[in-house]
Amino acid sequence: MILKFLKQLFAHLDGPMVGLLILLLSLSAAVVYSASGENTGRVVSHLGNMGIALTAMLMISHVPPQRLMQFAPPVYLLGVLLLLAVALFGIVVNGSRRWLELGITRIQPSELMRLAAPMMLAWYFHYKQETLRGRDFAIAAVLLAIPVGFIAKQPDLGTSIMITASGFYVLYLGGLSWKIIIGTGVLAASALPVAWHYLLHDYQRQRVLTLIDPSSDPLGAGYHIIQSTIAVGSGGVTGKGWMAGTQTHLDFLPERSTDFIFAVFSEEFGLIGNLFLLLLYAAIIWRGLRLAAGTTSLFGRLLSGAIVLNFFTYAFVNMGMVSGILPVVGVPLPLVSYGGTSMLSVLLGLGMVMGMASHKKLVKT
Amino acid sequence: MATLRLINPEQEFLRYRRRMEIAGGVAALMFVGLFARFAWLQVAQFDHYHALAENNRIALVPAPPARGVVYDRGNTVLAQNYAAYTLEITPDKVADLDQTLDRLAEIVRIEASDRRRFRKLLAERKDFESIPIRNQLGEEEAARFAVNRYRFPGVEVKARLFRQYPFGDSFAHVVGYIGRISQIDQDKLREAGRLANYRGTDHIGKLGLEARYEAWLHGRTGIEKVETDSGGRAVRVLSRTPPVAGYNLYLHLDARLQQVAEQVFGDYRGALVALDPRNGGVLALVSRPGFDPNLFVDGIDTATWRELNDSIDRPLVNRALRGVYPPGSTIKPFVGLAGLELGLRRPGDSIVDPGYFSLPGSTHRYRDWKKDGHGVVDLKRSIAVSCDTYYYGLARDMGIERMSGFLSRFGFGDKTGIDLDGELAGLMPTPDWKRRRFKQPWYPGETVIAGIGQGYMLSTPLQLAVATMGLANHGTIYRPQLLRAWREPVSGRIAYAAPQVLGQLELDPAHLRVIREAMVEVTSPGGTAARAGANAPYAFAGKTGTAQVVGIKQGARYDESRIHARHRDHALFVAFAPADAPRIVIAVMVENGGSGSGTAAPMARKVADYWLLGKLPDAGVPVDSHDPEEGGADMEVTDVEAADDVGSGEEHP
Repeated sequence: MILKFLKQLFAHLDGPMVGLLILLLSLSAAVVYSASGENTGRVVSHLGNMGIALTAMLMISHVPPQRLMQFAPPVYLLGVLLLLAVALFGIVVNGSRRWLELGITRIQPSELMRLAAPMMLAWYFHYKQETLRGRDFAIAAVLLAIPVGFIAKQPDLGTSIMITASGFYVLYLGGLSWKIIIGTGVLAASALPVAWHYLLHDYQRQRVLTLIDPSSDPLGAGYHIIQSTIAVGSGGVTGKGWMAGTQTHLDFLPERSTDFIFAVFSEEFGLIGNLFLLLLYAAIIWRGLRLAAGTTSLFGRLLSGAIVLNFFTYAFVNMGMVSGILPVVGVPLPLVSYGGTSMLSVLLGLGMVMGMASHKKLVKT
Repeated sequence: MATLRLINPEQEFLRYRRRMEIAGGVAALMFVGLFARFAWLQVAQFDHYHALAENNRIALVPAPPARGVVYDRGNTVLAQNYAAYTLEITPDKVADLDQTLDRLAEIVRIEASDRRRFRKLLAERKDFESIPIRNQLGEEEAARFAVNRYRFPGVEVKARLFRQYPFGDSFAHVVGYIGRISQIDQDKLREAGRLANYRGTDHIGKLGLEARYEAWLHGRTGIEKVETDSGGRAVRVLSRTPPVAGYNLYLHLDARLQQVAEQVFGDYRGALVALDPRNGGVLALVSRPGFDPNLFVDGIDTATWRELNDSIDRPLVNRALRGVYPPGSTIKPFVGLAGLELGLRRPGDSIVDPGYFSLPGSTHRYRDWKKDGHGVVDLKRSIAVSCDTYYYGLARDMGIERMSGFLSRFGFGDKTGIDLDGELAGLMPTPDWKRRRFKQPWYPGETVIAGIGQGYMLSTPLQLAVATMGLANHGTIYRPQLLRAWREPVSGRIAYAAPQVLGQLELDPAHLRVIREAMVEVTSPGGTAARAGANAPYAFAGKTGTAQVVGIKQGARYDESRIHARHRDHALFVAFAPADAPRIVIAVMVENGGSGSGTAAPMARKVADYWLLGKLPDAGVPVDSHDPEEGGADMEVTDVEAADDVGSGEEHP
């Protein structure tokens, strides 16, 4: 009886995927413990976040794709309205207008958009799948540009790039012509100097410059990169051992529980650990892409594919940033960094991927 | 743009699969790229980043040693250390110095002089050096600052050892002082290869024994290898090489004797040197006026320094070794001994002193200080009454070359080699010297006045004391030494400085006995220092001297009451006692003291009384009792040539 209930409860989850996620989350708990300086409270709270996010993952896996599809436009609309509200009434923290004060709590609507935007685009392509034309790609691009524009204006370059990427994956998987992809790529590259001068904020420019030459500002913007690169490099092949990273435990690494947690991992577990982590991520992505490919509906395929590729993007950008080949943008290492919001949105997304893949038999194309 | 019609879901699905495979392939490639980056950092560049991480982590903190303590012969502390807090600012870390100072002043007391000194040190400082703004912070002030520390980046409280000279100005010219290491000091240390040992040390000996024995007093700096966090705070000590304290120095100097000597000087300027003739140990070395060496330790402020440096009393000059004066009549025992040794005079040979001396074929009269002369005078009497005429003739018979050669053996014209820096050699003139110096021949008249210690000849009070040691000690002259012993800190062993023989003069003991007896007569009834020697329970050998500051015109008389205080004669006295087995040799030089017999001799007596009898002098300054016996007239003999070096040649009505 109980067994049957449990079986039903986990019916829509994918065994191998869940196994890989549990492995990654266990690793995360160990690294956060070290990064926080043996702060048990921090780890307990981290485990709590995991519990909440896993529960959410489990719950959303039960939601059939049709229902998710129905949610897509209202959630997207709500997200855009909240972003508008942020632009009008948002409170400024650290020079950025990202938060909305709701009396009891603050929310950051751009987080909602991480899932809402690809959902909306996938919904649009599914809706138009019988009559898809070139201009539908243009309309989809506008649907993407609205929230991205708001978020870029806050300013929050990292999030707006990540949402653009997730939207782009939908367009790409939906069949956006290679000519346009390449053409836009060339255009974007040639527009870079303009963007550099007119669109980027000073601090954003500074981050890029700092990437090129961290030593130009060793105590300011370059400090993060210099110290994290030292942490990674000094880890060597085998690492300094768990809880034994000097850069970590002597306070040289900034943001070491959150965005720079990869430096902690890398310092303590070395190249071997890094290889293991890369393979673990690759396995999750590979399994995710397999699930996405097995999803019956177009909506499900596009959304799942975008979510998995987005997961890859987060992992790549974060590790690239910490190891000093990408500028410092506020992107956490998915499922490893401490932080409830990111954990929740990543596991919700993967819950959708697993759920939609498992509901295929019930859906008629 | 072509309209896409995706009628065939199969076709759409295949395209999806293909695009996904491409995306997966690109992702895989990008992961490979990341791995390559990790391998570059963690394998190829590992050594570099490992070194950087170790640099981050490990700091070598110098542990400065405790400076050696200086004691007198009775273990009285002359220079010591004490621990206290300082408030220091690292200017490189402070954006607005003035504002920081103003805000600091709200928390701790900062005087105007503190600010002046800070400004001065700021101008002299080295890169990234912290500069003290307040010394000797009390516990309460240190605590008050600690609470407010977050408001003052670049400002910190340091616990440091301070140098202190408990006797203030009494030993300034002997012990000297330490001061902050200057750029010049740093360059010297680098040249000597000793700079590494000064990491963590702010101060270095600048003067006196502190400078001379710097290498011993400083000690060896230890090193602490500490693990630090990103804020530079030490987390734990990894290894530690403890510092080794400097040597403690034990001097021949006697603090009480030094103070007695200072006391008998009163307000006079001048110098007193007391030596132990048995080993050359310096028992007292006084130069008046002195100054407080404590002022210099943490950077003297400009106003105070200028006041000291510009004072006409020249308190910064160590007169005992840097003051050069004509020895005057104190030279007579040496010239007399030369006469005996060279066979020019026998002890009993007498002259009849008419009160003056003239060279053959000249009408110029070299006058005796006693207008009517001393009558019949033999060698002993010539010393006892300080007869000038006797020595005019003796000098002429001897000639300057022989006189100069003989006196040089007693150390005149040469540095004594005392263990202090900056000593002057004085001058023992010869015709060669005069030709080189003035391109002029030596005149016979110059030989005549050289016989009474006038003319070109110059000596320091220390030289007089050392030469007198030769008379007291049967011809053995030891190098004057302040250092008696030192304690080596690791073994705790005390090593003694061996006396060094500066000269072993081959002198006829009978001749020496005559001179010594004559010098005892000086302090006996009838001698020039009879008053100073009255009732001495020991045989007190001495010789008075008076050196002219201003030339007195031929035929004019020296009248002290009509002469400006700073133009009065310098008073000199050399002595040793007890005469038969001397335990102390004294040379006193009192600037503008008037006369040797009246001013200098009583001082030497009081010093000898204390040393030999433990008798403290009466309180109060000695009275300048002008002794009519000798007057100040030693110098009425002045020739034009002589006046050049001795005084200004200014004429008095």
